[in-house]
Amino acid sequence: MHKLWASTYKELLLLLRDWGGVAILFIMPVLLLLVITSIQDSTFKSFGEFKIPLILVDNDKGDVSKIIVESLAESNSFEIKAMDSEAQAKEAVFSGKEQLAIVIPEGLSVSLQSKVDRNVSGILARFGIDEDAESPKENTAIQTKEVRLYFDPVSQMGFKSSVKSGIDKMVSKIETESIYNAFLEELGEDGDEVIFETDNFITFTEILPVQNNKEFIPNSAQHNVPAWALFAIFFIVVPLSINLVKEKNQGTFVRLRTNPVRYATVLGGKTIVYLGVCLIQFTLMLLVGLYLFPLLGLPKLDVSGKLPTLYAVAFFSGLAAIGLGLLLGTIAKTQEQSAPLGAILVVILAAIGGVWVPVFVMPPFMQILSKISPMNWGLEAFYDVFLRNVGFAEILPEILLLLFFFMLTLLIALLYYRNENAV
Amino acid sequence: MIEIKNLSKKYKTADEYAVKDLSLNIQEGEIFGLLGPNGAGKTTLISMLTSLLKPTSGSFSIDGLNFQENKKQLKGIIGVVPQEYALYPTLTAYENLSYFGSMYGLKGKQLDKLIVDHLEIMGLSKFAKKKTANFSGGMKRRVNLIAGILHRPKVLFLDEPTVGVDVQSKNVIIDYLKELNGAGTTIIYTSHHLNEAEDFCSHVAFIDHGEVITSGVPSELIRNQTGAKNLEDVFLAIVGKGLRDYA
Repeated sequence: MHKLWASTYKELLLLLRDWGGVAILFIMPVLLLLVITSIQDSTFKSFGEFKIPLILVDNDKGDVSKIIVESLAESNSFEIKAMDSEAQAKEAVFSGKEQLAIVIPEGLSVSLQSKVDRNVSGILARFGIDEDAESPKENTAIQTKEVRLYFDPVSQMGFKSSVKSGIDKMVSKIETESIYNAFLEELGEDGDEVIFETDNFITFTEILPVQNNKEFIPNSAQHNVPAWALFAIFFIVVPLSINLVKEKNQGTFVRLRTNPVRYATVLGGKTIVYLGVCLIQFTLMLLVGLYLFPLLGLPKLDVSGKLPTLYAVAFFSGLAAIGLGLLLGTIAKTQEQSAPLGAILVVILAAIGGVWVPVFVMPPFMQILSKISPMNWGLEAFYDVFLRNVGFAEILPEILLLLFFFMLTLLIALLYYRNENAV
Repeated sequence: MIEIKNLSKKYKTADEYAVKDLSLNIQEGEIFGLLGPNGAGKTTLISMLTSLLKPTSGSFSIDGLNFQENKKQLKGIIGVVPQEYALYPTLTAYENLSYFGSMYGLKGKQLDKLIVDHLEIMGLSKFAKKKTANFSGGMKRRVNLIAGILHRPKVLFLDEPTVGVDVQSKNVIIDYLKELNGAGTTIIYTSHHLNEAEDFCSHVAFIDHGEVITSGVPSELIRNQTGAKNLEDVFLAIVGKGLRDYA
C-alpha cells in the first residue's frame, strides 16, 4: 500500500510540474465543449430563434406566389431575400454565397387556377350539378409547373430533405385550398361559411419526458456536455500512454524493473492520478454547462438530482479510458507510436461510439461495431441519465461493461509486460 | 555470493552470442570489475544478473537466491545503478530519492534520514530541493548512485558509474563506494576506466566476445603479463589494439 501511495504521489508531482500539460488537459476539453455547443446550439433551438437565409425569385407574382411567400414568412424558419433573376440566384447559391433559393415559375397562379377550375367543373358536371361545364378531356392540356430549388452544394442531406418536405407540404396545402375555393365558387357558396374543413384532421404531437411534473426539453447542453466530456475523458489515453513511454525512454523504468515493486503497483499510481484528472475534467465540463453556458447565451445544463449517477458514469468511463492508455503505453516503444495511435484510436472509438453521428443512422455493420466501443457504453449511460432520466439500476449494464473493459485492458497490459520482461 | 554457471545470451536479431557460456564465482565482500571493450557483453551480463534480461541458457544465483523462485526477495537485496541517469528530470533530488527509496519499502523518518545523509555525503545537500533536470552530469551521476544504494543492498551492480563525470565527482563516488564495500556490500562494477578499476577493484575479469578471457587480482594480472606496467597494458595485450566498434 505504501508503494502504491508513493507511486501515486510521484505521478501527481510529475503532472503538477508540467503546468503546460495540465492546462492542456483541462482547458482544451472546455474549449472544445464551448465551440461544439455554440455551433450545434442552433440545431436545437426553435425555428423562431434562428433563421435560414433564403433567396426567393418570384416570376409568378400571383396569388399562389403570394401565399408561398406568406407561408415561408409565417414559418419563421427563413429570412427571405427577394431576387429578380433565376440565373443570379443560381450563381449566388452554387458559389456558396447563399444557402438556398426558391424560384416560383411564371404563370403558376393562373395555371393552377385553370387546372383546378377545370377539374372541379368536370367533377360537378359528372354529378350533374354544373351542366354548362366542359369535360376535362375536351380541353387542351395544361402544363405542370415546377418550383425550382437551388441548394449550396455543401448543404447536408438532412437540411435539404427538411426544406423539400416543407415546400412540398406548402404546395399541397395551396392546391387543396385552391380546389376547395373552386368548389365554393362553382357551388355559389359564401366563402365565409365553412362547409368543408381544410385543416388537417390527423395531427401529431411530440410527447416529451416529464421531470418533476415539468416537460423536459433536451437542449444542446444536455446533448453536448456528456458527448464531449466523454471524448475528453477518453483523450486521457494520449498523455497517459506518453507518460509510460517516457518512463521507458528516460531510464526510470529500467530502475523500477530492478526494484521490488510490481508493475501493477506502478500502473496503480498512474490510474489513481489520471482518474482524478478525468473527474476534474468532468467537473469542469459540468461547471461550464451550469454557469458559463447561460452567460454566453447557451442553454443551461440541468443536473438536478443526477450528480451521483453522472459521476458514476464519469468514474467508470475514466477507468475504461485509463485501461486503454495503460495498454497502449505498455506496448508502444516510442512517443511517435503512442501519441498518434492513441489520438486516432480515440477518434475512431468516438466515431463508432456515436459521439458525432447517432448510432441509429449508421449502416447496420457500424451499428453492430458501435456496441463494442466503450465510448458508446459511456455515451448511452450519460444519455440515459441526462435525457432519459433513469436511475443507477438502469445504467448498471453500461457501468459493468466499462469496468470489464478496464480490467481486460489492464490484464492484457500486465500479461504483455510479464511476457516481455520474463527472467 | 554470486555463482554464474554457463550463462549465455543471444539476442533475437544477432548472429552471435552476446554472452557465451560464461561462468564466474564472485565472493562476498569483493569489488569485482567486469572489464572489456565495447560490445564485449559486460552490460548484457549485468542486465541478466539484475533481472533486466532473460538468459538464453545457463543459471546464476545471488546469495543463494534466483529470480525464478525468489524474485521479490532477490530484488530487495540487490542495488542497481544503471549507466543512464534513471531519474525523473522534473522531480527534485529529494523527491526522486524518496520515490525510489519507497520502492524498497523504506518510509517515514528512516527514509528521510537516509536521503539527507546520502545527499550530505555526496555533497548535494544544498541541491536537495532542485529539479534534477538542471543538474550537471556529475551531480546526476551522484543522485543516480544514491537511488541504487539507499536501501543498503547486499550486492550492488554498477554499470559505468563514473562515465562522463568530472574528477571531483568521480573521487566522491569512488570513495563512497569503497566505504560501502567496507561496510559489507559486494560490488560488481563495469568500466572503461582501467586505471580506476586497478585502484578500485579487488578482483577483475576481462570479457571479450561474451566470454571471460582471464580473471584475477589486478596486481597479480599485471605481474603475470610480461612487460605490463598497469591493467591497461594487460588489457591491450589480452584483448588487442583493434577498434571494437559495433552497432
